[in-house]
Amino acid sequence: MPDLLLELFSEEIPARMQAKAADDLRRMVTDKLVAEGLVYEGAKAFATPRRLTLTVHGIPARQSDLKEERKGPRVGGPDAAVQGFLKATGLKSLDEAKIQHDPKKGDFYIALIEKPGRATLDVLADILPVIIRTFSWPKQMRWGERSAKPGALSWVRPLHSIVATFGLETEQPEIVKFAIDGIEAGQTTFGHRFMAPDAIAVRRFEDYEAKLLDARVVLDPQRRKDAILTDAKQLAFAQGFELVEDQVLLDEVSGLVEWPVVLMGSFDPEFLSIPGEVIRATIRNNQKCFVVSDPKTGKLTNKFILTANIEASDGGKAIIAGNERVIRARLSDAKFFYETDLKTKLEDRLPKFENIVFHEKLGTQGERIKRIERLAAEIAPLVGADVEKTRRAARLAKADLLTEVVGEFPELQGLMGKYYALAQGEDASVAASSEEHYKPQGPTDRVPTDPVSVAVALADKLDTLVGFWAIDEKPTGSKDPYALRRAALGVIRIVLERRVKVSLRTVVEEHFKSSYTAISVDAPTQTDLLMSFFEDRLKVQLRDQKARHDLVDAVLSAASLVQGQPLVSIVDRVEALGKFLDTDDGKNLLAGTKRAANILRIEEKKDGRAYSGAADVALYSLNEEKALAKAIDQVRDEAGAAVTKEDYAGAMSAIAKLRPAVDAFFEHVKVNDDNAQVRENRLKLLNEIRAATRAVADFSEIQD
Amino acid sequence: MIPRFPADTVRALSAPLARPILTMDAIPAHMRPERSFQGFILALQRFWADQGCVILQPYDMEMGAGTFHPATTLRALGPRPWKAAYVQPSRRPKDGRYGENPNRLQHYYQFQVIIKPSPPDLQDLYLKSLAAIGIDSALHDIRFVEDDWESPTLGAWGLGWECWCDGMEVSQFTYFQQVAGVECSPVAGELTYGLERLAMYVQGVDRVYDLNFNGREGADKVTYGDVFLQAEQEYSRHNFEHSDADMLFRQFSMAEEACRKYLDAGWKNGKREAHQMALPAFDQCIKASHAFNLLDARGVISVTERQSYIMRVRELAKACGEAWVHTEAGRAA
Repeated sequence: MPDLLLELFSEEIPARMQAKAADDLRRMVTDKLVAEGLVYEGAKAFATPRRLTLTVHGIPARQSDLKEERKGPRVGGPDAAVQGFLKATGLKSLDEAKIQHDPKKGDFYIALIEKPGRATLDVLADILPVIIRTFSWPKQMRWGERSAKPGALSWVRPLHSIVATFGLETEQPEIVKFAIDGIEAGQTTFGHRFMAPDAIAVRRFEDYEAKLLDARVVLDPQRRKDAILTDAKQLAFAQGFELVEDQVLLDEVSGLVEWPVVLMGSFDPEFLSIPGEVIRATIRNNQKCFVVSDPKTGKLTNKFILTANIEASDGGKAIIAGNERVIRARLSDAKFFYETDLKTKLEDRLPKFENIVFHEKLGTQGERIKRIERLAAEIAPLVGADVEKTRRAARLAKADLLTEVVGEFPELQGLMGKYYALAQGEDASVAASSEEHYKPQGPTDRVPTDPVSVAVALADKLDTLVGFWAIDEKPTGSKDPYALRRAALGVIRIVLERRVKVSLRTVVEEHFKSSYTAISVDAPTQTDLLMSFFEDRLKVQLRDQKARHDLVDAVLSAASLVQGQPLVSIVDRVEALGKFLDTDDGKNLLAGTKRAANILRIEEKKDGRAYSGAADVALYSLNEEKALAKAIDQVRDEAGAAVTKEDYAGAMSAIAKLRPAVDAFFEHVKVNDDNAQVRENRLKLLNEIRAATRAVADFSEIQD
Repeated sequence: MIPRFPADTVRALSAPLARPILTMDAIPAHMRPERSFQGFILALQRFWADQGCVILQPYDMEMGAGTFHPATTLRALGPRPWKAAYVQPSRRPKDGRYGENPNRLQHYYQFQVIIKPSPPDLQDLYLKSLAAIGIDSALHDIRFVEDDWESPTLGAWGLGWECWCDGMEVSQFTYFQQVAGVECSPVAGELTYGLERLAMYVQGVDRVYDLNFNGREGADKVTYGDVFLQAEQEYSRHNFEHSDADMLFRQFSMAEEACRKYLDAGWKNGKREAHQMALPAFDQCIKASHAFNLLDARGVISVTERQSYIMRVRELAKACGEAWVHTEAGRAA
């Protein structure tokens, strides 16, 4: 079956957009083909800086013919309906329609419509221009003379030519005939901008790819990446060094060249006195070059690796020399910034924060830092951190935001603070927290371990959350400009992984009081809402860890953050509950409590009242109900004691003791006794089963 | 070495190509682009003159970039074709380094090319202009790296690239989409060359002040430092320490007020159909913008105020753009 080759040749496409554009093009064309009844065998899309290319192979040469029956009005129906039917089906008169007999509804007309399949070449000529016109780039533009006309084509950068051919492998393919804004689809493309700029006539994908390669264009981005990576490693290795691999940079660099030529340059070793991260950020962000390390020391060497787009006539000497000059100038700047930064102590930068607005309603960065310091000092004893060290760490943690290096490379925030803190002789824990207090940044990022960092990290995140809740600016839908979801998740991960046994609610309430009384709209309500937000984040977090959501709901229903339960205990309960339900005791007790709950629900609904309150001992007549009442008392005490000790497994084993009594009760006792008083008492007893299990979780939320 | 384009564009390309470009040998040594800064500038002017551009002289006002020149900002608007090239001294008060930084200057030259509508072979013309100043694309790695241009003060944006030569950004290449709040129709192509940086590269010097300005050697040699070092030191002092902030605040307000006044007065017969004073009004917008840049360098504008000043200049620029498209040169014929 025939294949399609489509190439959209333009001026340089931004590297970051290429992969997605290729994928979008493949999806749009193949979806449309399928919608046109043209099922293909395979499709692959490619991108270089100057072209998007798609090959779809194994497309039928024609659509199959379509036969369709369309039901019309009944025989003798109103004229308007008949005329509408004729118009819709394209029949000239009712003579061309068939009459269908229906004994129930009477006879009606049927139109037989035969739609012959079209040649795929024609279908493509219709769909490709539409796809190109409606193709969406993150940013697109108009250009040239035609840009003055309404409806001018817009593309990521000026589009120059289009290759579109369709045909069998063995034959000369045909050109898919269409034109967009004066660009006529054909079979001409162009090679490398500098090394082989001539026009190339292409027929189909195989010769297209091969001819491009001859014309110094590697079409497949993966091949370019592989080539760059292999050559870069090789160059480093040949000198006894190691490439510092960088996938993001590799992706970008491979989108900047059609013919990668990897070269190595060097810089003055004097620059190695700057922290490695600063060197790397300078060379990577500004120059899009890789850095190289020495495997013996694990530190950077004074080499860098660049990827050029040409095989230069001098073997690349001028290119290397040029890049070395730029990198020298950049590193001089970086070194100057770094050394300038070292001259000012971090605490001496703090007054400047008084003039920097953090948020219109939340005041200056200076005020924010003071709040964080206060909160961190409150949290410190709860996580075993030294209070004075924690205070100092919180005070200095943000100071590097005002340094030159962080101004230049915002991604180095925190890390530079650590270097500068160590350089001015701060305590190691204090210095570390500058970097660590931002963590975890995402679900896979590490959680701080040093207690000082833990305290500052929690304080930083909690202050942000409390602040935005105080002014009622919460994340909505996809809008979360202050990354509050991430902050909440960060708090949850720190608290759980470091097992910080504290009631978040208490901490938050205190912080509302100490820092936000003046601006908070309604502290108690906002505290409730913030706790619910945490619960939602916790559910997401536990769901990602494959915990059963009904167990989480069961626990939260009995012991929630809103009510002030510590996070750690909630998660421990979920775990203990899950283990218990895996045992026979657990399964049977769950069945028993469910049965009790069901009976209660039905009877409570019937009677329109709740059967709460203590059962009356005097009204027990059967041994099984006495035994159950005794078991409940015992379980309540034991489970309660275990919960107090935060021994949830113990609490579950205590609750498990209910099982024989519950089983025996249901076997021998009729709840709905004829005596109303006895019935009421038994229903109250059932309610006590439910109440007893609530020491750990609300069993009624658990699904079978 | 020139990539070819589809049939309909080749014709557009061939006209300027047919004319022989002055060969290097014909230029006296002291005027060669790799020998002298002034020769370098003249080579660029000559090249773009050969492409049919009018070669303008710098606009006689202080401005932050060549884009502010009315030959770009205003001429980019409206349907009429326009081709111009010029050097524009650009003042960035904040970039002053007292003459101590080898690359940064508070006053430097931009070479600006504007062509409306953007021709299909603009990239090739740009590459040929590099060849004309001695940058051989067989020897150097020239790249077009994404750079979305936006000028908040001008209410302008466009898409294009930074042009790299061996890893150094040497030019900006932009297809204007909107200027002064007005959609460009048709789109103009704009090229901005950082002259000192390019000349340093071509001359092979690492410090801008070491550039050979006049291409002579020995006692006759004049360097960039001879011409500008003292100015850099003096203006740095001025920009950071001594500029009269009160006066500048007043100048800003006065320029803003005058701009509005001229715009109002410029509408012919008071009807918003034809405008007769867009250019003088725009001068005041340029003045306001420069006063703001000086105030910003002086550190007397807070972060929150900064945004509002930028907005105020933008409002002026937009009003000027609106007036311009109602003038003889700016409106549809």
